[in-house]
Amino acid sequence: MTEPSIFIHKHILGIKELSPQDIHHIITTARSFREISNRPIKKVPTLRGKTVVNLFLEPSTRTRLSFEIAAKRMSADTFNLSGSSSSTRKGETLIDTARNIQAMNPDVIIMRHGRSGAPHLLGRYVDCSIINAGDGAHEHPSQALLDAMTILDHKQSLAGLKIAIVGDIAHSRVAHSNIFSFTKLGAQVCLAGPATFMPADITSLGAHVCTSVGEAVTGADVVMALRIQIERQHDPLIPSLREYAVHYGINRALLKLAKPDVLVMHPGPINRGVEMNPDVADGPWSVILDQVTNGVAVRMALLYLVLGGDKSA
Amino acid sequence: MDSLIVLKNGRVLDPAAGRDEIADLWIEDGRIIVPDSRPIAEQNCIDVSGFWVVPGLIDMHVHLREPGEEYKETIATGTAAAAAGGFTAVACMPNTKPVNDGSAVTRLIKEKSTSASAHVYPVGAISKNSDGVELAEYGEMKAHGVAAVSDDGLPVMSAQLMRRALEYAHSHGLPVITHAEDAALSKNGCMHEGVVSTRLGLPGIPAAAEAVMVCRDIALAALTGAHLHIAHVSTAASIAHLRQAKREGVPVSAETAPHYFTLTDEAVADYDTNAKMNPPLRSEADRLEIRRALSDGTLDVIATDHAPHSVLEKECEFELAANGIIGLESAVSLGLALVRDKVINETRLIELMSVNPARILGVPGGSLAAGKQADVTVIDPHHHFILTEDTLVSKSANSPFLHQPLTGRAVLTICAGRITHMLLQSMKG
Ligand SMILES: [Zn+2]
Repeated sequence: MTEPSIFIHKHILGIKELSPQDIHHIITTARSFREISNRPIKKVPTLRGKTVVNLFLEPSTRTRLSFEIAAKRMSADTFNLSGSSSSTRKGETLIDTARNIQAMNPDVIIMRHGRSGAPHLLGRYVDCSIINAGDGAHEHPSQALLDAMTILDHKQSLAGLKIAIVGDIAHSRVAHSNIFSFTKLGAQVCLAGPATFMPADITSLGAHVCTSVGEAVTGADVVMALRIQIERQHDPLIPSLREYAVHYGINRALLKLAKPDVLVMHPGPINRGVEMNPDVADGPWSVILDQVTNGVAVRMALLYLVLGGDKSA
Repeated sequence: MDSLIVLKNGRVLDPAAGRDEIADLWIEDGRIIVPDSRPIAEQNCIDVSGFWVVPGLIDMHVHLREPGEEYKETIATGTAAAAAGGFTAVACMPNTKPVNDGSAVTRLIKEKSTSASAHVYPVGAISKNSDGVELAEYGEMKAHGVAAVSDDGLPVMSAQLMRRALEYAHSHGLPVITHAEDAALSKNGCMHEGVVSTRLGLPGIPAAAEAVMVCRDIALAALTGAHLHIAHVSTAASIAHLRQAKREGVPVSAETAPHYFTLTDEAVADYDTNAKMNPPLRSEADRLEIRRALSDGTLDVIATDHAPHSVLEKECEFELAANGIIGLESAVSLGLALVRDKVINETRLIELMSVNPARILGVPGGSLAAGKQADVTVIDPHHHFILTEDTLVSKSANSPFLHQPLTGRAVLTICAGRITHMLLQSMKG
């Protein structure tokens, strides 16, 4: 690395704590790692001898897989510990789990948890680095970093871009992290969705709330749709998926309002025909699969950087 | 006579008598007496010059956890903490295990209280097991010593049950203390809904969850003519409804807790569970309105909502942590901060912490008149101290006010003529 900036974060708990320089530094590092995934032997010895624990206390396949591949491509030893944070297994608390993991002396814990702030709690009981892989409705920093990286693959800079985020902002850690990241990088973030999906005082985070999807998408450089969480429908936030699709789904007609070179993004997995029409998700604007590829590179970069990669390299 | 105590040269503050003067206060046989000309031995004197001598403080909203959760607090440790904080009486909420919804639990609390460090006035449940369905037996509980009824911790969601509770309590001369919260609106919430909850990704409790219930209960108090007391008011919207109700002559009184006029939702910071309580810490605008309401008479009482929890309930994910903080040992200091900030004067503080709670609950206290039971608190308004896990008298340490400088403290507490807390020395060692 030749960047003058030095990465000083021990943990990656959220985008909130990162500076624009940090974000650029992570993305630059990720880019240098990206080509490793295209080699015939997709492995470098950089993190040999390091122990990475995947502590996933909420169901996740994609993010866990992405982190696991990232760690393995860097030659780290990975261990998976999964469970459910909703059902406290025989009274074992998160702190018990943390103490047990600490006793095994890992270098990094990658944590997914259903409750906001769980990685902050974990951090009070372990000595190693923690990477937040999603906590409640709080943050999902690696997702936001791979999203910014994907946009920067296509645009010079985020400064001045109009980025529309459509969907359930209130319950989306992806939306929260992206709002922090995009606004830090100078983009204008326009949110759309029914008011039942908008968190209190969301404009205080620097985002603009639009009255319609059309308003958000008009002139947009990037349109991101969020996954509707079907399991949340016991809480009456929307009357039906059908009605949501009609009023808030991203379709081709709507996309005509955006800039011609608009990028369409989705954190996945997509409910096709609900928040996004299939022809949009699979159309030429879509960078959804690039997001997945960049996900591995960003997670390699995060592991490298929290383990002090800059200093040893 | 050995039971004579003479508090010498204190600033005697007795709002009920309009008294504020440097004087001696004489106590004998558990009562306040008129000073006479007899010679007094030095060992009977305590020099309290520079300090305030006030009617014993009364905390009308505490959780003593006994019976059922003695690992958090007991009647003995909770009243000792009360004494250490300058309180001579507490009213304990009925959400024990089992719930204080009948004479058996009321009697148990009263029996255990005979050896306690403060007078204990149990609050009985509004409904059986605080289930919000059937009325508890108020007549029976009153006969055994309850001073009020409340389902505190749980809102009474049925307006009809609340109406009946007000009517029935009125017949028995008991105030109804409402924990004003619309449970449907607050469901899953764990902090104030606003910019901080959004930033932390935590489910919020809107200010309206309190205000709509305050509104409903005021309407029911107006309908029934019964005495409604609103517990732990936390929002500006509630204050507005309360102010209007008082103007219209509705029989309503209300309390707030020190944390609501001291802290805001920003105190949750990085998921600090010692800043989690219900109702939650609110916005700065709410905090300022609470302070205004304490000064203009809209709020009648400062009560702590002392809610002890062990690390088992607090060292966990924020959403899963129990609600509540301890408050008995920091209340005087936080109340005095209002005086230092010129929000209220000394007299008003004593009204809020002694005179008014006694009047609302209909219990002795709130007066230094000769002949009254000697419940007296001596406050050093300049005493600097820091509370820590080790110095707290309470069995629990769940407080956001630990490890920080506090100013103003009770240095002597006398309950029914007995010294229950003393940081001073009598004049002769
Ligand atoms: Zn309550």
